[in-house]
Amino acid sequence: MIEILIISGKGGTGKTSLAAAFAHLAKNHVICDLDVDAPDMHLILNPENTIKTDFVSGHEAVIDPDKCDACGKCLEMCQYGAVNETDSIFSIDPLKCEGCKVCVEFCPVNAIDFPEKHCGSWYHSDTRFGPMIHAQLFPGEENSGLLVSLLRKEAKELAKQKGLDLILSDGTPGIGCPVIASLSGVTLAVIVTEPTPSGRHDMERVAELCGHFNIPAGIIINKCDLNEKESAAIEAYGHEKGFTLFGKLPHDPIITRAMINAQAITEYSDNEFAKQVAEIWDRIIHVATPIK
Amino acid sequence: MKIAIASGKGGTGKTTVASSLLSVWEAPVIAMDLDVEEPNLHLFLKPTITGKRTANMEIPKVDDTLCSKCGKCGELCQFKAISLMGEVLMIFPEMCHGCGGCIAICPEGALTTEFRELGEVTWGHSGRAEFLMGRLRVGEAMSPPLMRVVKEKLEEMMDTVSNDEISKDVIIDAPPGVSCPAINAVMDSDVILLVTEPTPFGFYDMKLAHEAFSPMGKPMGVIVNRAGLGNNDVYDYCAEKKLEIMAEIPYDRQIAETYARGSIISESSDEMKQLFISLAEKIKQTAGSKKSQGGMS
Repeated sequence: MIEILIISGKGGTGKTSLAAAFAHLAKNHVICDLDVDAPDMHLILNPENTIKTDFVSGHEAVIDPDKCDACGKCLEMCQYGAVNETDSIFSIDPLKCEGCKVCVEFCPVNAIDFPEKHCGSWYHSDTRFGPMIHAQLFPGEENSGLLVSLLRKEAKELAKQKGLDLILSDGTPGIGCPVIASLSGVTLAVIVTEPTPSGRHDMERVAELCGHFNIPAGIIINKCDLNEKESAAIEAYGHEKGFTLFGKLPHDPIITRAMINAQAITEYSDNEFAKQVAEIWDRIIHVATPIK
Repeated sequence: MKIAIASGKGGTGKTTVASSLLSVWEAPVIAMDLDVEEPNLHLFLKPTITGKRTANMEIPKVDDTLCSKCGKCGELCQFKAISLMGEVLMIFPEMCHGCGGCIAICPEGALTTEFRELGEVTWGHSGRAEFLMGRLRVGEAMSPPLMRVVKEKLEEMMDTVSNDEISKDVIIDAPPGVSCPAINAVMDSDVILLVTEPTPFGFYDMKLAHEAFSPMGKPMGVIVNRAGLGNNDVYDYCAEKKLEIMAEIPYDRQIAETYARGSIISESSDEMKQLFISLAEKIKQTAGSKKSQGGMS
């Protein structure tokens, strides 16, 4: 099973637009949107026949004011500043509560409930490019790493069931918990970057993260003509660190036009830009496929 | 006043807006980069760094000679960071959220603290602004604990008010998304600016951000970047939800190239400077009017 993950470090470099084009070009694959926080792939792929499942994960502490005797033990023990006190009335700020259960355990009068949290939903869908696994965390929720791991497991099972041998995943920006959960053990990470100070800085950090987990990675430089010097610096970095350069794409509003049409770039047009995207995909598949 | 610059979708121009706003904002002001996974504000503000500290999380360490293998720590831990496996107490430092529950519950006093490095907090100044940022260690999964340490440093910086007793404003560059790191970045602010672009992705993610931040009851405004690029959905939504569009930054290759060089947009032309001066005024009005209506604490 080949697992290819599209990431970027910095947001807005063109990750999802390219991932959608690759989903169009790929064969025998399951598509997986691992951006569970602000997912966008479905806006292009228009998933259908969706089966929805609740994602329940973790707990949150809730103080029962009738039982609370205002001793202040919870406030004293909470490491997250999640306990508020106003005129001896204690309450928990759900935005700050991490669900660690310490206040629940140590409350001398058992006044704190600890209900499970429904954090979002995940979906099993069909698209015109193949089956898709995706999710939506409720706004402001946590445990995105656990949901990412769940989606990857589901995508693998689905691929096995259907006899498919490729999982193509769109990731999230950043280098934190959802990215780490997306990255561990994949066949190949494709880093989409742009030749700006932020693009290069963030690419270097996410490339370092790939190194940290021993994940082979390669780079696509999108909007490469915005700054030739930065673009050359990114190429030099990739060369020095042994990352494959899958290709360079110019700054082109075709990405937005295809997006507005709810189409993948390669579906929307067969112009030079779309051809280059197809060539990049060929290189990615070539690198990701084990030598027989 | 604390102003959080957030977005939902990444790459819509949060750092562009934060750096430009800082360039026209009157002192005393602190620039705080809370996008600790991928901090970028320093690339544009090019601050002089005057101090840094390593941010750590307290995690448990076991003294095997004292541990009675009762397993109470593992039963309490919600994050599978400590667990009795047969006769061995295993600790998984990277899973630990630092709640301290295991240490408090251990009947033998067999658990003490050691540290996991979360990242680094750095501060200094850039022009008239003071500067503060957090930078997550590569390989560290949790950004909210580091953000808490950055905010502690902010409190120290806020306390050193100059003699004229004008309290410092804070401009926060927030991370993308709408989950816990983004919430942590905006929760202490007085005003939230949502930077978006008029594309389907920009629109969808702005809606998520608006939904996520609305329960906090803070005044919000929208900045449309790359105006003219896509379609009208963002504008229609803002009209329907009575979200004020406080500024529109045009879709212009020159602006993209200015950004790509690491320059600040508001310093690139008079027109852009005026745009951000007028944005700064609108932010102050919004915060002020909401305050008089009792909309802010």
